[in-house]
Amino acid sequence: MAMVQPRSIRARRLGAHLALIGFVSLIVFPLLLVISISFREGNFATGSLIPERFSLEHWALALGIPWERADGSVIQPPFPVLLWLWNSIKVAVVSSFLIVLLATTSAYAFARMRFKGKEPLLKGMLIFQMFPAVLSLVALYALFDRLGQLVPWLGINTHGALIVASLGAVALHIWTIKGYFESIDGSLEEAAMVDGASTWQAFRYILLPLSVPILMVVFILAFVMSIMEYPMASVLLVDEHKLTLAVGAQQYLADHNQRWGNFAAAAVLSGLPITAAFLICQRWIIGGLTAGGVKG
Amino acid sequence: MYTTNAARGLPRHRSRYPAERYTRWALRALVATLVLALLWLVLAFHLNGQWMFALLFLVLGASMAVVFTRRTLMSHRYIFPAVAGLGVFVIFPLLYTIGISFSNYSSSNLLSEDRVRAQLMSRSYQEEGAAFPFSLHREGELVRLYLEAEASSELDEAMAGARRFVSAPLNLANEEARTIDVQPVEAPPQAEPLAMREVIAARGALQGLTLVTPEGVELRMAGMRSFAPMLDRYEARDDGSLHDRRDDRVLTPDRETGFFVTDDGERITPGWPVAVGLDNYTRIVADPDIRGPFVQIFVWTFAFAGLTVLFTLIVGFVLASLLQWEQLRGKAIYRTLLILPYAVPAFISILIFKGMFNQHFGEVNMILDSLFGIRPEWFTDPWLARTMLLIVNTWLGYPYMLLLCMGLIQSIPKDLYEASAVDGGGPVTNLLKITLPLILKPLTPLLIACFAFNFNNFVLIALLTGGNPDILGASTPAGTTDLLVSYTYRIAFQDAGQNFGLAAAIATLIFLLVAGMSLLNLRLSKVKV
Repeated sequence: MAMVQPRSIRARRLGAHLALIGFVSLIVFPLLLVISISFREGNFATGSLIPERFSLEHWALALGIPWERADGSVIQPPFPVLLWLWNSIKVAVVSSFLIVLLATTSAYAFARMRFKGKEPLLKGMLIFQMFPAVLSLVALYALFDRLGQLVPWLGINTHGALIVASLGAVALHIWTIKGYFESIDGSLEEAAMVDGASTWQAFRYILLPLSVPILMVVFILAFVMSIMEYPMASVLLVDEHKLTLAVGAQQYLADHNQRWGNFAAAAVLSGLPITAAFLICQRWIIGGLTAGGVKG
Repeated sequence: MYTTNAARGLPRHRSRYPAERYTRWALRALVATLVLALLWLVLAFHLNGQWMFALLFLVLGASMAVVFTRRTLMSHRYIFPAVAGLGVFVIFPLLYTIGISFSNYSSSNLLSEDRVRAQLMSRSYQEEGAAFPFSLHREGELVRLYLEAEASSELDEAMAGARRFVSAPLNLANEEARTIDVQPVEAPPQAEPLAMREVIAARGALQGLTLVTPEGVELRMAGMRSFAPMLDRYEARDDGSLHDRRDDRVLTPDRETGFFVTDDGERITPGWPVAVGLDNYTRIVADPDIRGPFVQIFVWTFAFAGLTVLFTLIVGFVLASLLQWEQLRGKAIYRTLLILPYAVPAFISILIFKGMFNQHFGEVNMILDSLFGIRPEWFTDPWLARTMLLIVNTWLGYPYMLLLCMGLIQSIPKDLYEASAVDGGGPVTNLLKITLPLILKPLTPLLIACFAFNFNNFVLIALLTGGNPDILGASTPAGTTDLLVSYTYRIAFQDAGQNFGLAAAIATLIFLLVAGMSLLNLRLSKVKV
């Protein structure tokens, strides 16, 4: 505790609170606005934050239910939002699972074993993870285009391609898990190996059960990154029913036809679970993100 | 530090436990299958003439076979999958991109030379000089088609001397495209030919017909009165050139430009990709229609990344300093609310801003209109669009800086501030003499990473402005708010001309810049391996 305190502390405290409240309301305004708009009637309704003419139209459409207006006209849902969300989740779950699998085994080797080329490999990974995938899109497109002619489920416009392509981004996760492994004392595994366990068994039965928390964190981190992935999905996916949410959502705000209200409902519907997941796991996610230095 | 040689850990002998033995054999079978699958890919790519891909999978398959069979490489088995993923989806695309940058790969030079040749050879044309006037002759419900050549032509040989043909009776109500055989005859059918009016009525069915003579010559309708033979347009010659039979000219393959060219220099599309050396790079430097926009975008990219880092750092640092103040209550709530922009998926919040900044119905302009009576054109004025991007990106990016600064400020020993207070130092002295110097050093590598990230912040540009408003007079799609990455993306994927070669050249330049930043980062952060 500070021993020496300046005078007029109350005035300064009040000022700090006022400044923070002002700033927070500025920051949160867009988010509240979108929630409000999602309950307004029509696509270009204006008004106060609490909607005067409350309507569930946009929410019904976002959930894929045709909506009947008061004048009897029926509006069909413009886009399959739930399908996009499902696509996103499907791709994210599978790719995060694979990423955790790959990252864990390599992190184990990097943390516990001595072998040729370890140091350059680790440093190389750090360097290469800074190269944005956008720049290699032409090459990735060509790769999957040609692969698709031989292996159909890896071609353009498949989720397989998107999942497989995400495996390039394991470097960051390897570093995270490696750091955790190094914080665990190796004597347990040593004891197991003295008793006749193989390296794999020591890893599988001793170290892995101890590392479940970090694996969860990496899974969530990879999941969030995959949900937000835009450039690769925008090039690899073509058909409307194959799109992920990140690519599909922008269609609401196409230049010639902006469906502001419909977008708001879809955005809240799909953004809320992700935001909630992020806030619940914020302690671990933030640790991982700030260590790596990037947010996807 | 504790290390082990993995090879020592695995028993060499045959395991006593059947389950373990079977697992081991199953794993071996899996690896063998994967290697065989990769080798099949190598063969397939090789047969398609795509040697880059064949080489990629050859390296992958061979290294897999080596790593999983040699006991001394036991440790490498653990890292192989991740390194392979990195190699195939990060390093290979990078090298491939650099390779493309030395070629003229684009939507007009896409296929291989063999495929281009095959495509040209499959083209046909209608030889209207050798037309067969036709007439229709009723036969019960159906109609026979009768053809008679006008005069002798160069086609007589191909037709084996026959000049008159007749079809089997046809149903002209059927308008589907179909292929029908015609047989040579000596004389026209007995029935009177149908009047022109009825021929016109049957037009739809006639246009769908392809007639085939016994010699295999195809005829299609050429106008309301005649059918004409469809002939292969190009004829391959032994020296590799093609003879254009319709226009009677010779096309020679030009391996400098990747096109078949005629004697008077006309290029026949499609072409095939060829190496063009440094052409794409010299175009960036020398072609004023490319250099102008490129330089403008280059400067804006640096300004954008630099200003973003500066603004987010200032906002984040000020907030972090406020939140570190012990006298303040409710820090947890403030903190959670302040990192909200970080928790909302970026692709959603960027689109929210796109709607809010809409010039006609957006909330931002509505508020500005009611307060000051102005309605700025956020999406059509270049400077306002840039301002908007910086505002949005600061909103998106400051929570990261806030979290970093909070962590770093927390690690500063508190007695430094005590000592400063005893010596009569105020908040400003504390800030300039204690806080800033102590956090700046550990912050630098993270700032560089942040700079590099925003340097390549494709998602923001793609979703918010799409690079618009456009730069006037640019020969490639270029916008005043485009970053180098989005510029490359637009050259490669958005424009009708899809110039992959030029895009790859710019991408290669960005690779160099990123590699520089990344090395600098590595040096400053002193990563311990």
